[in-house]
Amino acid sequence: MSAPIRAARAPVTDPEGPHAQCHVCNLVVAVPRGPIHGLVCPRCRTGIHRRKPNSLSRTWALLIAAAICYVPANLFPVMEVTTLGARQVDTILSGVIYLAVNGTWPLAVIVFVASVVVPVLKIVALVFLATSVQRASQWRPRERARLYRVVETVGRWSMVDVYVVTILVALVHLGSLASVEARVGAFYFGAVVVLTMLAAESFDPRLIWDQQVEDGHPAVMDARQEAADTQAAAGGDDGG
Amino acid sequence: MPLVGCHDCDAVFEEPDVPNGGSAICLRCGGTLFRRQRATVEITLALTTAAAILFAVANAYPFLSFEMQGQVTRTTLASGTVALWQGGRMAVAVLVFLTTILAPALQIGLLLYVLAPVHFHHPAPFAVEAFRWVERCRSWSMMEVFLIGILVAVVKLSDMADIVPGLALWAFGLLVPIIAGGTAFLDAEIVWREIGDLD
Repeated sequence: MSAPIRAARAPVTDPEGPHAQCHVCNLVVAVPRGPIHGLVCPRCRTGIHRRKPNSLSRTWALLIAAAICYVPANLFPVMEVTTLGARQVDTILSGVIYLAVNGTWPLAVIVFVASVVVPVLKIVALVFLATSVQRASQWRPRERARLYRVVETVGRWSMVDVYVVTILVALVHLGSLASVEARVGAFYFGAVVVLTMLAAESFDPRLIWDQQVEDGHPAVMDARQEAADTQAAAGGDDGG
Repeated sequence: MPLVGCHDCDAVFEEPDVPNGGSAICLRCGGTLFRRQRATVEITLALTTAAAILFAVANAYPFLSFEMQGQVTRTTLASGTVALWQGGRMAVAVLVFLTTILAPALQIGLLLYVLAPVHFHHPAPFAVEAFRWVERCRSWSMMEVFLIGILVAVVKLSDMADIVPGLALWAFGLLVPIIAGGTAFLDAEIVWREIGDLD
C-alpha cells in the first residue's frame, strides 16, 4: 500500500451551502442553498439530506435506553450452569474473573475490554460528543472526529459475550449431568450492544464541524497551511 | 473535475488523483475519503466467491463437539439460535440469527449478485437496491466477533469435557480474513459509477 494522498485543496464547507452528499453512495450533489426537502440522489435514488435527520435527539434517546439497560445487564446473571446437579449462575463480570483465574490471561483481557470497558466507554464517549456539539464546543474537532471513528469501529466487539452464551447453550444440554441455560442478563446485555451501536450510527459527526465555521479557527488554519505546503512542494505546477 | 466529499465532516474536495492501492485522507478531519482499487470488481468478486463457499461449509457442518462421559453434542451456527429460541430467549436468538447468519449471507449473496454482472458489463436489475443493502449489512455482520466467541467458549469448557473442533471451525477461520479482505478491496465509488443512474 502506498502512502495516503492528501487532498490538495482547502475544504469548503457550509451546512447551508451549495453541496450535499448522498449518505448512501457518497455522491456530491449540487443543491439549492438553505434547507432542502424531497431531493433524491440522481445516482442511487436515496433521499438526500444535509445532515442525519434528528441526529441529536435520536442519539440521546438511544444512549439513555442503553444506560438503563446497562444496570440489569451487569447485575443479572447471563447464564446458569448445571454440572452434576450443582447449579451456578454467571454474570458478565464473574465470567471474566473465571477466565482470568482458570483460563488464559490474553482471553480474559479481551473479554474484559469487549464486555466491560467498551460499553461504558461508548456511552461516555457519545455523551461527551453529543454534549460538546450542543455547547458549540471549539475544542479539538479533529480529536473528537477520531474519537467518533473509534467508537464506531470498536462497538461490535461487545457481542463476544452474547456469542459465548449462545455457543454454551447450544453445546451443553446433557440434562442433570451438564447443561447451560441463558438467563435474562443476556437479553439486557444484547440490548446494550444494539442500542449503543444504533446510537453511534445516529450521531452525525458533521455536527462537530458545523460549529467550526468561524474563520481562522486553528483546525481550518492548519488545513489551509498544509494545503499551501503540499502545493508548494509540488513545485506550483499543479494547474488545478 | 469530479467532486468528492468527506462523510465524516462534509468537506468537499476536487477528486485527487490517487494511485492504485492508495487512499485519500480528508485534509480537515483526517477521515478516509476513499481507497482506490482499480481492479475492485475482479478482486472482490474472487474473494466473495471464496467467502460464499466457506460460508456454506461453515453453516452445513458442526463447528464444535462436546463429549462428556460418552455423550456427544454438536453445534452448528443455526443450532445456537434454535437452542436460545427454545430456551425462551427469543430476542437474543433473533439478534444472534441476524448478526451471524442473515447479515453475512446477505452481504455475501448480494455482493455476488451486484458484482458478477458488472464484471460482464451488464448491470443486474435492482443492482442499486442490492448494493445499498450490502453496505447496510456490513456493520451487522459479525463473523470475526463470533470466532472470538468460539475461542472463549472452548476455554471455558475445556476443563469440563472434551471439545473437538469440527470442519466448520476451519471454514470460519478462513472466512474471517477473506471477508475482511473483500471489504478492504471494495472500492464502492467504482461500483456505484457502474450500476448507478448517472452516465
